[in-house]
Amino acid sequence: MTSKNIILHDMCLRDGMHAKKEQISVEQMVKVATAMDAAGVPYIQVTHGAGLGGNSLQHGFALASNEEYISAVADAVSKTIISVLLIPGLGTMSELKSAYEAGARSVHVATHCTEADTSPQHIAFARELGMDTSGFLMMSHLNTPKGLTEQALLMESYGANTVYITDSAGYMLPENVTEIITMLKDKLKPETEIGFHGHHNLGMGVANSVAAIQAGATRIDASVAGLGAGAGNTPLEVLAAVLERMHIPTGTDLFKLMDIAEDIITPMMDHMVRVDRDSLTLGYAGVYSTFLLHAKRAAQMYGLSARDILVELGRKKMIGGQEDMIQDTAMTLAKAKGLLKEAV
Amino acid sequence: MKKIKCALIGSGNIGTDLMYKVMRSEWLEPVWMVGIDPASEGLARASKLGLKTTAEGVDGLLPHVEEDGIQIAFDATSAYVHAENSRKLNAKGVMMIDLTPAAIGPLCVPPVNLKEHADKQEMNVNMISCAGQATIPIVNAVSQVQGVEYAEIIASLSSKSIGAGTRANLDEFTFTTSNAIEKVGGAKKGKALAIINPAEPPIIMRNTIYCLTEGEPDKAAITASILNMIEQVQKYVPGYKLVNGPTFFDNKVAVFMEVAGLGDYLPKYAGNLDIMTAAATRTAEMFAEEILNGKITLTPVEAA
Repeated sequence: MTSKNIILHDMCLRDGMHAKKEQISVEQMVKVATAMDAAGVPYIQVTHGAGLGGNSLQHGFALASNEEYISAVADAVSKTIISVLLIPGLGTMSELKSAYEAGARSVHVATHCTEADTSPQHIAFARELGMDTSGFLMMSHLNTPKGLTEQALLMESYGANTVYITDSAGYMLPENVTEIITMLKDKLKPETEIGFHGHHNLGMGVANSVAAIQAGATRIDASVAGLGAGAGNTPLEVLAAVLERMHIPTGTDLFKLMDIAEDIITPMMDHMVRVDRDSLTLGYAGVYSTFLLHAKRAAQMYGLSARDILVELGRKKMIGGQEDMIQDTAMTLAKAKGLLKEAV
Repeated sequence: MKKIKCALIGSGNIGTDLMYKVMRSEWLEPVWMVGIDPASEGLARASKLGLKTTAEGVDGLLPHVEEDGIQIAFDATSAYVHAENSRKLNAKGVMMIDLTPAAIGPLCVPPVNLKEHADKQEMNVNMISCAGQATIPIVNAVSQVQGVEYAEIIASLSSKSIGAGTRANLDEFTFTTSNAIEKVGGAKKGKALAIINPAEPPIIMRNTIYCLTEGEPDKAAITASILNMIEQVQKYVPGYKLVNGPTFFDNKVAVFMEVAGLGDYLPKYAGNLDIMTAAATRTAEMFAEEILNGKITLTPVEAA
């Protein structure tokens, strides 16, 4: 067991944007970030839910630009480091540069778990800017431990100082996490850190994060009160309490985290972020957590069940970023059921 | 019938697929295939089909341009080397069709603006990107009916169809395509998103086009314009197909397309290769036709 400090990275103001349909205001972000800073959270991620370049019809338009959010939060915090998400194919290096200029000093460069070779220019550029740079392998359950290790080695070779296993669908079980992180620990350079980003769709966010730490991960993404896509991220204050019981230091103030969850984040929620029929379907079927609200919307539009749409998306192996295929799939299902006319 | 002799530069996925299309052309004859790796599969295939090959890049081709009468070259290498390739070949009077995101010449989407470029005798035209070729005709079809404030396209591509060059340079793909949505599509602002999906069996290329119209969309006119445009594209890409839409929500028009390829080099799922190589072939044919009819004469471009 490690007694090394575990770095907690809060996702409320990025993954949480998904659960809020990108409608968190600059003032709310400043309030949350100030409280996180006071509670000793070392890193917080601040961007549109889909990251840099995320403002779009595909992913929704936020209330402010990424630069506006980042610079407002940067002015408000003293110790907490601000990170951003960058998915190549959506975000670009010029957007990373302007995020850096606004105050971001850390980045998750995210690719689907088999496509790490779309990230070399972005990872190298982030390092050139002097940013703390993580490679972020989304939908990790869709690759084997060996395959994930190869992808992680690629990201390490591009210059990532941390590589994340990212359970975007909240599908993984602790034994999967243990196996993968153990292999990464063995193959990556000793100075490369390993991270884990969980979703709580099967209620395994905390257990998976603990398994990751026990296998050698030192960075854990979570969000206070779980505010995030699907059934939410690993609830950060719960993980902090568990780690405290395990005598694993995180440098955070547990009671302050509990207060943020209860007094600030929960009242911000538009719906209770929890395991329910649809978010459980995500975890069970291995579907990208962000698809949840889009599927609910499409279900309502065409008179279908969100669960049917999600299962079909899982069957068609749709991945993060293909939100357009939710409406498309719903329209095709609706046509098959006679609920929608054929195209002219 | 007399044909215009062509060189294919780049022996990767795009260059190899292009070779099969150019071979079938009534107007074009592929003579050279240029690569940089003597072990590349593309060069081996070209050699087997009777093309002359070199693994020494464009410099390996230059001494043969005059004796072999090369008049059109296709560049399917990368944005970084295209400018130099183009300069060298233009200086010998060879017209360039650029399949990289370099975009130093005017942007070309055949059913939208090819005729215009041929009339101007351009010596370098750029084919934008596969996503651009698959989506800009639809954006243009909408903007022919009414103003488009913003257009956004999402291209889903199978992992197996995306070569190393595109993977390492996704930003160039994004910038070139976004810019072309404005310049050629006619949208005031354009945005392009690309998703690479590794599913097995590989997914067929999908493209979603969203347009925000200025004012309430004229549904009937927009639908008719889109359907007409799809027919124009189908003339050179038979697998270009409407899956869902056009569907309207407030001032948003959404169109869901799929592109199946002909299966020349990669299997049918790789419609992204086909739409790019078919558009490039059609562009070259238009120029070839004009050259053969004596309407245009290619002249060497003085080096700056």
